[in-house]
Amino acid sequence: MDSIVGKNSALTWAVNISVVVLVLLWTIPTFGLLVSSIRDKDQLVSTGWWTSFSSVERNLIRRSAPASEQTKADDLYVLKGNVFADKTGEITAFGWNSKDPTAFKPGDTAQMRKGKMLQVNADGAYVLSSPTPHTRKKGTRIFITSVEAPIFTLDNYSEVLFAEGIGKSFLNTMTVTIPATIIPILIAAFAAYALAWMEFPGRSIMLAMVVGLLVVPLQMSLIPLLRLYTDVGIGKGYLGIWLAHTGFGLPLAIYLLRNYIAGLPREVIESARVDGANDFLIFVKIILPLSFPALASFAIFQFLWVWNDLLIATVFLGNNEEQLVMTGRLREMLGSRGGNWEILTASAFVSIFVPLMVFFSLQKYLVRGLLSGSVKGG
Amino acid sequence: MEQMLIALFTVVVGVLGCITYFVGSNFILDFIFPTTGSNATKNIQKSAAIRPWLFMGPAIILLTVYLVYPVINSVWLSFHGPSGKEFIGIDNYTWLFGDAKFLESFLNNMMWLIVVPAASTFFGLMAAALTDRISWGNIAKSLIFMPMAISFIGASIIWKFVYDYRGDSADQIGILNALMVHFGAEPQAWIAMPFWNSFFLMIILIWIQTGFAMVILSAALRGIPEETIEAAILDGANPLQVFLKIKMPQMWGTVAVVWTTITILVLKVFDIVMAMTNGQWGSQVLANYMFDWMFRGHDFGRSATIALVIMVLVLPVMVWNVRNLKNEN
Repeated sequence: MDSIVGKNSALTWAVNISVVVLVLLWTIPTFGLLVSSIRDKDQLVSTGWWTSFSSVERNLIRRSAPASEQTKADDLYVLKGNVFADKTGEITAFGWNSKDPTAFKPGDTAQMRKGKMLQVNADGAYVLSSPTPHTRKKGTRIFITSVEAPIFTLDNYSEVLFAEGIGKSFLNTMTVTIPATIIPILIAAFAAYALAWMEFPGRSIMLAMVVGLLVVPLQMSLIPLLRLYTDVGIGKGYLGIWLAHTGFGLPLAIYLLRNYIAGLPREVIESARVDGANDFLIFVKIILPLSFPALASFAIFQFLWVWNDLLIATVFLGNNEEQLVMTGRLREMLGSRGGNWEILTASAFVSIFVPLMVFFSLQKYLVRGLLSGSVKGG
Repeated sequence: MEQMLIALFTVVVGVLGCITYFVGSNFILDFIFPTTGSNATKNIQKSAAIRPWLFMGPAIILLTVYLVYPVINSVWLSFHGPSGKEFIGIDNYTWLFGDAKFLESFLNNMMWLIVVPAASTFFGLMAAALTDRISWGNIAKSLIFMPMAISFIGASIIWKFVYDYRGDSADQIGILNALMVHFGAEPQAWIAMPFWNSFFLMIILIWIQTGFAMVILSAALRGIPEETIEAAILDGANPLQVFLKIKMPQMWGTVAVVWTTITILVLKVFDIVMAMTNGQWGSQVLANYMFDWMFRGHDFGRSATIALVIMVLVLPVMVWNVRNLKNEN
């Protein structure tokens, strides 16, 4: 195929450019999230993340210090301070009236009503003076136009991890995921071996059932199982969700592993049988070690699936601090903190970080698993 | 931390439990039917007949409880009232077919069903065909495949940020609206536009599923025998002709697999709709509507009926899969 492309450099260019466009389209949304999550929260909501590496000009409304902090110098009552508070920036214009918020240059003195005067310097320092005592408890409004250097910070992360409960949810997700990934593997491996290499009546029907169950929508199971759990007394808790994920993961696990195990060379198994090994020994000594790639594939599927699941967690786990998983927390935040992008972006990134690491480090097994048949759709 | 320990403890207990069961049951089997002694041949036959069921026992129990029983129970529930106790005949079904919101969900699901598999397969095929021809193809593939690892809810946040809308006067921080403004158009509240909002939600699923389609189709492309391609080139076919006339016909089987897999996924789409619109502005889908009736409507009967509709829609694929399996064997 290289030969075709090699002859035609225009085509090579076209292919390269199309792939670049595709890759950009597919990565920009995630990249935007990542960049936004480390931006200062005021900058995040006022300018697009793609401008985050350059200085930004913003129109802001700040307030002077409250009247309680006024001092008296000569005949004037004075309020002093800095509009930037703890940040840095440069004032390019200011004003005192919302009708003309950029009327004055930094360093100018603005005449306000009743003889009040306002001066704002380029570094943000302001002096508000008045012949009569200041009365506003919340301070007087100051309109500024400022240029701020880009600020990158990990504050958003520390906030979501410790104050917003994402840290706790992270642990809850781990608690759900680890057992729900490991336990189905053994159960499925034995069943897969039986379906692949053991002779018994009804084998093909069992296999057909597994394949049929692969696509059964989870939605079917929710209500009956919820009722069953209530009747049995499992209620909402980790035991219930571990078992549920195990049950729902089994069809795919059995199917993937059976495909792999059935493809192992017959001679290996036959010769072990001739040597007098029973199926249990064959499975433990020969099949399990040989099936490692397939086991790894399924483990990754199941891990990603359980980690990313929202539906089963919402139904079978409670909504309390001890049980709310990350996906559930994100969903809650979308409702209650819909506008707080600094919290949403950082939280989302915390939740997708682990699956992304697993994805990039174990992609080989994931692809192999996908290719060996089907995938679970949830 | 404590609950992590409990989780690890569960892993240990669970795994040990499984091991104990499998080792123990096989040991008992060998003990009851020893393979040495007078009845050795008979015993071997007997244990060979029982052992498969020992191997499959836990799987059969779990599959029955978690998948088979619920299907039967859902059918039963669909003939019962909100609490699932009183029999009400086909009332749930008559309600369902007269319900405007159900109709909306159903039609939306049909739209999803057409657009998402088609678009994912198309982009996946395009990505597969293009990345196979360039030196950095594997990196490109990895990046396009990446969204597969992201949860639907995470993806929803990513895209909600892309679609973010703020009033006309403010600077847009959503990249889509920023582009609109840049090109002189009006910014839009994308996910609140009836009818069209569904498509903006579909984009999220397409974004996630394209990588899957690409990986499978790329393997299929590589599996095409070189000779057929070489023969076509010798006959003077250009690259596009080679792709459409030689490669595509050999890939229809794989395309069908990709298409049906995504179809199944689409029928169950839930997280995205719930996170983005929760079914408002005419974007409801079956899975979310079912969830609505389960948790907000507290009507198990109606909810189970909606779940059955999803099940019925999945059935053809199920039958097709099982038939394929029979043909393989």
